[in-house]
Formats: sequence, structure tokens, C-alpha cells
Amino acid sequence: MGTYIGIWIAAGLTLCIYSFLYKDNPFFKFAEHLFVGVSAGYTIAITWNEAILKLIWEPMKTKNDFTVLIPAAIGLLMFSRFIPKYRWLIRWPLAFIIGVGAGASIPRVMQSLIFEQTAATLKPVAFNLASINTVIIAVGVICTLIYFFFSLEHKGPVGIVSKIGIIFLMVSFGAAFGYTIMARISLLIERVYFLLHDWLHII
Amino acid sequence: MLIPIGLPIKETGEVKSVYDYIEKLPPGSAILVSMDYDPAALAELYPMTIAILRHAFSKDIKVIGMTLWITGASLGDIAMREAAEGKAQMGEDYVYLGYVPGGANVIMRMGEDISAVFLKDYSGRITSEIPLMKNIKNYKDISLMIDLAAGATPEAWVVYAGAKYNQTIAVGCTAVSAVGYYPFLNTKQIIGLIGGMKGAAEYEKLIKTRGTATAGMDSQSIAHIAIIVLIIVANISYFAMRRKKPGE
Repeated sequence: MGTYIGIWIAAGLTLCIYSFLYKDNPFFKFAEHLFVGVSAGYTIAITWNEAILKLIWEPMKTKNDFTVLIPAAIGLLMFSRFIPKYRWLIRWPLAFIIGVGAGASIPRVMQSLIFEQTAATLKPVAFNLASINTVIIAVGVICTLIYFFFSLEHKGPVGIVSKIGIIFLMVSFGAAFGYTIMARISLLIERVYFLLHDWLHII
Repeated sequence: MLIPIGLPIKETGEVKSVYDYIEKLPPGSAILVSMDYDPAALAELYPMTIAILRHAFSKDIKVIGMTLWITGASLGDIAMREAAEGKAQMGEDYVYLGYVPGGANVIMRMGEDISAVFLKDYSGRITSEIPLMKNIKNYKDISLMIDLAAGATPEAWVVYAGAKYNQTIAVGCTAVSAVGYYPFLNTKQIIGLIGGMKGAAEYEKLIKTRGTATAGMDSQSIAHIAIIVLIIVANISYFAMRRKKPGE
């Protein structure tokens, strides 16, 4: 019974959202506001359960581990920005987050996103089919970088190379646009499938 | 959808490599599946999740599920229960650890001890006491990590689990973000890439199942043809109007 009620509510809200295709209306606004409210409520409930209860309350209750109060107190300082007199205290948790975040991520990000990618761009070229990709990637990277190099006027050979860079960029945007269309159509298909299969049982 | 045409679905190398990797894993191996998405990405990632989980369960591969997305916490549980129905036992063959806040920190700490990060699983059992987790401490005990993502989490997995702990990673993502992960495929930082509903349909074909992704592919293909036709027509009319202008 609960499932059927859920399906009817979901179908009704889906139709409310799609009613925007006609024009903005109170049904759409109701569904939109309901979505925002439910998402916020759900996020608060899960955070309460997974962070506050499991990571702070339970260690104190079951293991008498009160050290968890230290990070909890540092975290609470994030709210100090709402009190003008103590606003400066927010710097402490932020300093902690930025310090730990930067320290942990800089070496790994350099390794994974810069060195590895650079190495893959500069692979040795051999006389086989696989090397065609290597050449295309290398030419694409160089031409695109030159397109974004603004210290030289884009005239003559630099202009030609930067135009090739534009072509690579356009191909990349085209691929991204194609994938975006595919994603959006997928969302529509899923909703139509839900309405026809789960709700109306036509298919 | 009303009248299935059955247009062919050709599996691509990047999807097949994920399938092949799981196919070659010995029974009893463990994989980690992070379902980092929310209901907005269900259309593309849910069929993919079900297909991968069913494939793993059919090969007697143990699955550890989790999520880094707070709004996806219950979706992972639903997906694992659906895929496991009649095929796998919770606690023995699979476990769903749910959500823990922390993002990249969670990924890094899992490299030391998973049970210390997820103290309890989604249903409230102490993680270290779950039979499946008794032999799994960290990434060293996990043969493959699959990130099914609606956002940028694959990058975090590559950076923190891949680079730091040499964890083998595969990615399943929404079509919108697929383009961004091909560079990781090129560098072999990920072993495979399943992109959008098309990728999910390919995986369903590989495991010989007709799921919701396969059902939607006819509509998908026809919609693409319609958009291609519209782009061509719009361009012809644009050039025709431009040619007409000087002598109006």
C-alpha cells in the first residue's frame, strides 16, 4: 500500500514539474519548494544520524571517549560568523580545513592530475595505429595551449596553430554537448518510463 | 518505449574492460562500489549499479557498498537489496556501509582501516563484526573500486585511493561528466569507463540482461536522430537566410 501511495505522489509531483513546459504555475512552484524543503530536511536528518550521533554521541556514550569533543568544538566555531563579536573565531576551523586539505591534496593532485597527464601527452611515437592517438593528443594539447597564449599576437604561424587549437576545442565542446543531450534525454526517458510503467502500467 | 524496435547496442572497449576485469576476478574477491549519486541521476546510474552488482553476485564476488553523497545514502541500500535479492546474503556476500561525512578524508582514511571510518553499516551493525568485513581491512583487500558518480568524486578516488594506495579504479558516471574522465582512461588511472544510459545498456548487454537502460535505448537513439535532423535543418535555414540578406 505504501509503495502505491509513493508512486502516486511521485507521479503527481513529476506532472507538477513538467507543467512548467506550458508556463510557470503554482503546481510547479509547489513541487519545486517541496523538493528544496525535503532535500534540506533529509540532509539535516542524515547528518544528525551519521555525524552527530555516530561520530560524536556514541563514542562518548559507549567508550567514554570525550576526545571527540575537540574536533566537535572546532567545528562549532564555524557558526561563530553569526555572532559579530566572535566572528573572527571562524578562522580557526577554516585554517584547519585549508591546512589539512592543502597538505593532503597538493602532492597527490600534482602527481595524478599534472604529472600523469603530462606523461601521457608526451608518449613516444612509434609507427603503429596506436600512435595516431598519441600524435592527435600531443597536437591537440599544444595547439590548444597556444590558443590560450596571449603574449603573442595570433598572426602568421601562431595564428594558424591557434586556429587548429580552436578546432580541437570545438570538437571537445561538441563531444561534451552530445553527451549532455544524451544525459538530458536519459532523464526524460526515465521519467516517462516511470509514468508509463510504474504508475499507469501501460508498458 | 511503447513499441520496442530493438536497435543494436554495440559494446565499447571502455565498458567491456570493466566487465572483463570483474569477469576475471576469482570467486571470493571483494570489490568496493561507491554509489556517489542522488535521485537526480537515477536514470543513468541506477541501471548501471544494478547491472554491475548482479554481475558481481553472479560471480560470487563480495561487494562493499558505500556513498560519499549524503542525499544518496538510502539509494545505495535500495540498489544493493534489489540486486542481491535471491542471489546474495547481506553480511556474508555484501554489506552496505552507507554515508560518512568527510569526502576526500573518508577515501584517504579507508586506506588505513575501513571499519574505523564506517564504525557501523547502514543498518546499524558494528562494521568490524560483520562476517564479510572480518577479512577486509583496507584497499589491499579490495580487488577493484568502482565509483558510480554523478559529480566529481571519481577525481577524488583517482587522486587519493589510486595515486596514494595504488587501488585499481573503474568509473561509471552520468553522460554529462563522461567526457571529463577520458583523460584518466588514457593514462590508465582508471581501467574502464561506463558513461550514461548508453554505458549502462552496454553493460546490461554484456551480462545478457534486458534492464531499464536497454529499454530506454530505442527512445534515446530516436531522440538523437531527431536532434541531428533539427541541427541540420537549423543550419541550412541559417545559411539560406544569410545568403538571402545582401540582396533583400
